[in-house]
Formats: sequence, C-alpha cells, structure tokens
Amino acid sequence: MRLLQAVIEALESLAANKMRSGLTIIGIVIGVAAVIAVISVGRGASGTITGSIEGIGTNLLFVFSGSSSEEVRNTKPLTLSDVEAISDPFQAPSVIQVAPILQGNGKASAGGENTNTQISGVTPAYETVRNTTVSEGEFINEQHMLEYASVALLGPEVADRLFGRREGLAGEMVRIDGHPFRVIGVLESKGGSSFGNQDDRILVPFTTAQVRLLRRPAHGEVDMLMVQAASSEAVAQAGEEISQILRTRHRTEIGADDFTILTQQDFLETVQTITGVLTIFLSGIAAISLLVGGIGIMNIMLVSVTERTREIGLRKALGARRIDILIQFLTESALLSLIGGLIGIGLGTVISLAIGRIAAANNTQLNPSIGLDTILLATLFSTAVGLFFGLYPANRAARLEPVEALRYE
Amino acid sequence: MNDWVIEAENLTKVYRMGEIEVHALCGLSLKIARGEVISIMGPSGSGKSTLMNIIGCLDRPTSGEYTLDGERVSELRDDQLAAIRNRKVGFVFQSFNLLPRATAMANVELPLRYAGVVKARKARAQAALEAVGLSERLHHRPNELSGGQQQRVAIARALVNEPAIILADEPTGNLDSHSGEEILHLLLNLNKERGTTLIIVTHDPDIAANSQRIVHIRDGVVAE
Repeated sequence: MRLLQAVIEALESLAANKMRSGLTIIGIVIGVAAVIAVISVGRGASGTITGSIEGIGTNLLFVFSGSSSEEVRNTKPLTLSDVEAISDPFQAPSVIQVAPILQGNGKASAGGENTNTQISGVTPAYETVRNTTVSEGEFINEQHMLEYASVALLGPEVADRLFGRREGLAGEMVRIDGHPFRVIGVLESKGGSSFGNQDDRILVPFTTAQVRLLRRPAHGEVDMLMVQAASSEAVAQAGEEISQILRTRHRTEIGADDFTILTQQDFLETVQTITGVLTIFLSGIAAISLLVGGIGIMNIMLVSVTERTREIGLRKALGARRIDILIQFLTESALLSLIGGLIGIGLGTVISLAIGRIAAANNTQLNPSIGLDTILLATLFSTAVGLFFGLYPANRAARLEPVEALRYE
Repeated sequence: MNDWVIEAENLTKVYRMGEIEVHALCGLSLKIARGEVISIMGPSGSGKSTLMNIIGCLDRPTSGEYTLDGERVSELRDDQLAAIRNRKVGFVFQSFNLLPRATAMANVELPLRYAGVVKARKARAQAALEAVGLSERLHHRPNELSGGQQQRVAIARALVNEPAIILADEPTGNLDSHSGEEILHLLLNLNKERGTTLIIVTHDPDIAANSQRIVHIRDGVVAE
C-alpha cells in the first residue's frame, strides 16, 4: 500500500517534467535495447550454426590426412585400403559406415550456361552418413560405382544457375570439365551454412571422380573420410579405434600421428565458444550504453533534488523521516529506469526481429531467440541501475537539514 | 496552572560561521501553557527564528532543556524528531508551502501519510478542510486557489494530526489585510474550539494584540 502510494507519487512527479523524464528514459531504452538485441541475435546465430552442424549428419567423425598439431614428416595419405580397414566391424566395432570423399573444383556447363562449383566424388554410404536427401531422382548407387558411370547429382543452386529450375532435370546432360554427365537427381536444399555452401556443388560417383574428373593416382588416395559412429556415446570410442587402425597401417611413431580426427562435437564446441565470446563481448559494449544511461539518471535526479530542496524541507517539517525521503527519490529513479527497461525490451525485440528478417531476405537462416531469462535479466538489471545511480541523489535529499532546506530559495 | 505544553530552560544556540561563533540564543527560558495564544515578537537577528525552529523541533539547542508536551526533545535523534514534528507540531508558514502539483486533499493528507494513517486518512483530511471552510475546494490545486484559501489549506494540514501546538510564522505576511484578518480569526477560533496552543511569530503589533501574551525576544533572551 505504501509502495503503491510511493509509485503513484513518483509517477506524478515524473509526469510533471515529461520532457526531462523522457530524455532520461531514452538513455536507458537504448542501453537495454542494445543488450537485448545483441544477446538474442547472438543466440539465434549460435542456434543456426549449431543446427547446420548437426544437419551434416549424426554422430560423425571427420578424418583428414596430416597432423594439425605437430610437424610430422612423411605424411601418408588416407587410402581406400584404410577405408576398408575402418569399415571392418572386427577392427572398429563402434563404426557403422565410412564414406570416403574426393574433393575438387570444376566447371560445369549446360545449354550455354557456365558455372564454377565444387565437385565431390562420393560413395553410396555418403547418403546416410551425411544425411543427404535428393528432392528428385535417385542417389548414386553401387552400380554407378562399378561402371564408373558418368552421372551427377546437382546441388539446387547449381541447378538454378545451369537450368533456371530445380525440377524435371533427371536425364538432362551437363558437361563437367568438358566430360558429359547425365543428371540423375537434384539434392534437397540445406541452405547456406558455416560449413561451406551445401547447395552449391555437384556429387559424382567416387570411382568416376577418381579416374576421370579429379584424376587421383592409382593408390586409391582419399581427401577425407566421414565416419558414422554407432551412437553418440560411441563417438569417442570410434575415434580411438580409427586412430589405432591408422597408426598401425601408417606405421607412425608414437605420438606422431599423420592424420587428424575431428568429431562433430569438436566443431560444435568451437562454434559455441566463438559465438559465446562474441556475444559476451558485444553485450559488454551494449552494457556500457546502459551505464551511460544510468549516469544520466543520476544527473537528472541530482538536479531534481536541488530543485525540490524546499519541498524536501517541508516534507521533513511535516514529519517525513529520512527513509521516507530516500524511498521517494529512489522510487523515482527506479521507475525511470524500469520504464526505460520495458520500452528497451520492446525496442530490442523489434530490432532483433528486424535483423532476423534482413538475414532471411539475404538467404541466411537466423532466428533471434529472446528468452524469458533475457527479459527478466534486462528488467532486473535496468531497475538495479536506477537504484544504484539513484542512491546518491536520494541519500543527499534524505540528509538535508530541515531548517536549511526550508530556507532554501 | 501547571500544565505547560512548552518548557524551555536556559536554551543556547551557537552557529559556527567559519571562524566566527554566532550566539543566536543566550540562555533563553520560556514556558507556554496548554491552550494559550502567544505572540513572539522581535527584530530580525534577535534569535526569534532560531527559537521558532527549536520550538518546532526542526533544530536542537546547543545546550539547555526543551520539553514539548512531555517529551524531552534535546535528547532525541533525527527520526524521533521527525515523529514529534509529525504528531505534536502543526506548521503554518508565511509562504504557505503547499505542494504545487497536489490537490488540497493530497496536501492535507501528507502529515497523515507520514504518521502511517491509512484507513481514516481521507475522512480526516476532509474534516480538516471543512473545519477551515474549504469543503467546496477539496480537489483544487494551489494555483487554483487564492492566497487566503491556500493558507487555509496550510492550516488544515497543520491541524489534521491534532497537534499539541500550532506554530504560525508570519501567517498573514503574504496576504492582503482582509484575508489576513480572516486567517487570524480562523486560527483564534481553532484555539477557542479545540484548545490547541497557538504560537504566532509576527512583526505585526495588531496581530500580537489579539493574543493573550506577547513575548519579546532581544539578543537571544526574552526581554521582559
């Protein structure tokens, strides 16, 4: 009841100086809106990237040739016989499937249209390992592999550029680096992502790429392996098994692996660390504007205390205790920043939604997520700013001597 | 006649202004009986204002004993002083000192609010305003009222907590002679009807003439 009374009185007093109160509130609005927008967009971005990494497949391990940490001489390439060994359920029981990949760039053309794109030579295992779906046609099968078939699956963006459409392309011909290929299907759009553009590429049978397009020597060299583990718990075990097999096969010295294994979890953790650091960094910058807003409140409250010295003296003469005066001025400053905080939450939401729209218009999936915790935090934080910066002026008012204050002109 | 509402014994008040000590009160003693109407007169610099501040519990004496309605004020802390002002003293100022944005009702309710009165607040504020003849002006703001009416609101505010004394500092100083007279009679009537002790600080001999006793202050003591 007393609090309600104090709030009503504070609102009246703030309303008496609308312009001044409004300008002070704007300071807080900008600060809170900036914090909200940065946090929600940061979370959205993190969610998008996480999603796209998870979209690559499930329980994946990536095996590359070469060491990332140490200088290792005589690096042996990964080969198809390595693939065979890893595929052996007795040697690597935690592994379900292995998909070797050859990668390169090539020029594709059809009907006078030209485009440069990424060419990947893949095996049928790729379909399940990479969680790839075709929107039309069929995936590369064993038959294609055996026949070194000149068939290709087009990414939707490549299809757009070459044919101007994504449907009814099965049976069309494309030339890749001059060789004629028959289109057997179009890949489902996965959207652009941090993991390279999933839509701008052409898939061909591994064997075809080996001998005709990317022309790797006969040793059965492979650029990269994608390995699917039996379950998420088995990922670490699978990594261990693969390491053992490759160490034996490559006869590496102890502690000098000539290959690198990354798990999906490694990527996720890296990405989350990066977005987390960025969000904290940007929120810090945004919080500075909240601080500036708080100083604005302190400034205006000091002016208000000076202006109302006589009023304070009168209230004290009528029996107001220190705590009464303190509460009166603290309520005003807390209300200033609370109102600013609420408007700021609204504005921050609008800003982050707008950023989401702009991103969508640029073909980037970004869903800013404004959590209840963010809103609560912003409300609490802005009120705390008001209380903190209001404390000094309010205390100054409460300490005024009634005689002096009444005499003040 | 032993019912003193105010007993001041040997009050001194020393202000320190840099190096110089100013003795505003030099051993002043004064007793005021309950229900009395008393005028305090004296030239500026006589210590009149200082005495008024001490009587009204806005300030404490440097030394001496001051008892207001049985409370030994000299020993109280700030917040206790605030409570005494709230319950036992009603102030009427020369310049009215109303809150400009608040209605007459809200102004009169203010002391009740600091007293923690919740339920009876509206009724008591209204009764006080009716007692000063402003039952038609409850929801007007000060700038919608004449000077005399504003001072009536101030008087209603002073008496709403049923104080032991009403302390009026030049209550007619900012008013024309007609409304000044009205205010004076209102104060005298309140004294007559309710028995509230009325202490008027004034320069005006005509006003002083209406009181039962006149106390002259000179050089920090009562000049007999």
